[in-house]
Amino acid sequence: MKLAEALGAIIPLLRDELVVHANGFISRESFNVSDRPGNFYMIGSMGLASSIALGVALNRPDRRVVVFDGDGNVLMNLGSVALIGATQPGNLVHIVFDNEVYGSTGNQRTIAAQVALEEIAHSAGYKRVQRVETATVLRTTAQELLAQPGPSFLLIKIEPDREERKIGRITHGPPQIALRFMAEISNQRSAVSGQQNKERE
Amino acid sequence: MVTGADFLRLLLDGGFDFFTGVPCSLVKSLIASLEERGGYIPETREDAAVGLAAGAYLAGKQPVVIMQNSGLGVCLNALASLSLIYHLPCLLLITWRGYQGKDAPEHIIMGDISPTLLTTLRIPHRALSPETVSDSIRWAAETLKQSSQPVALLLPPGVMQ
Repeated sequence: MKLAEALGAIIPLLRDELVVHANGFISRESFNVSDRPGNFYMIGSMGLASSIALGVALNRPDRRVVVFDGDGNVLMNLGSVALIGATQPGNLVHIVFDNEVYGSTGNQRTIAAQVALEEIAHSAGYKRVQRVETATVLRTTAQELLAQPGPSFLLIKIEPDREERKIGRITHGPPQIALRFMAEISNQRSAVSGQQNKERE
Repeated sequence: MVTGADFLRLLLDGGFDFFTGVPCSLVKSLIASLEERGGYIPETREDAAVGLAAGAYLAGKQPVVIMQNSGLGVCLNALASLSLIYHLPCLLLITWRGYQGKDAPEHIIMGDISPTLLTTLRIPHRALSPETVSDSIRWAAETLKQSSQPVALLLPPGVMQ
């Protein structure tokens, strides 16, 4: 499975979830698949996507918060995995696209081939932990995790892009990304009422 | 000297309502007061604390990040490539180990360069003294709101009980 395929399976499942994106190809690919006001694209501060998401999740327990993370990012901030386990935000879904490389710097290997990140999440105390390798299983697993109380951890094994790809950068400036995301958060719809509204439509 | 409880009251009066960080002995009474109040998140690293505070701000909070100045070194990139470029303010309460060159060897260099590092990052900062705690917290709260950027207060020894 390629990153774009994995994103293509998950993004149509999203309703009013707030999604914090790790830097690099994860932000850029997701932006190109579907830009949403509820997307926060982290462009620098590698490692901190899960910390940002936890800060949102702890303070808005009525909203579901999703992290689109990478193996390199998770390895850079394993303390955040531990803190999510310790604080138990039920509204947090941590999705890791694991290609075992630092993709945007030229596919240098990470150590994710040797270390099972989902086992670290399990030990840290995430309520639900899943590892998937195919797009069909991904769809049903992601659907389940997005509907159930967490914190949840979904590790998706993906293939690195072997050829250099020309993929567009985020066209919004950082302050605009933040302001748009804040406006979406302060929108009072809860995850539950949002879903009911959608069902009514 | 101010007590941790008094310091916390001044922070709450200034509108600050989310607290995280990594401890230092110079702020142990403040962290004890925060733990008593509930809701303090003990982070694992100072850069992660800056990330957590950024998320809290996005969710409508006014965050405070507590750290030793050794942690300022740890979170330079988080401040430069997250808080400052996205305009995500937080109050950095940084204890000033190595103040005036009097401390254990590991604190001397960071103690010497802490204010310069903050100036280089273009983060407005003030050093606290027992007499100016109240004014400085008010200044920090106002500056942070006006600029939408992080603001730092350096806490030398002898200010907090």
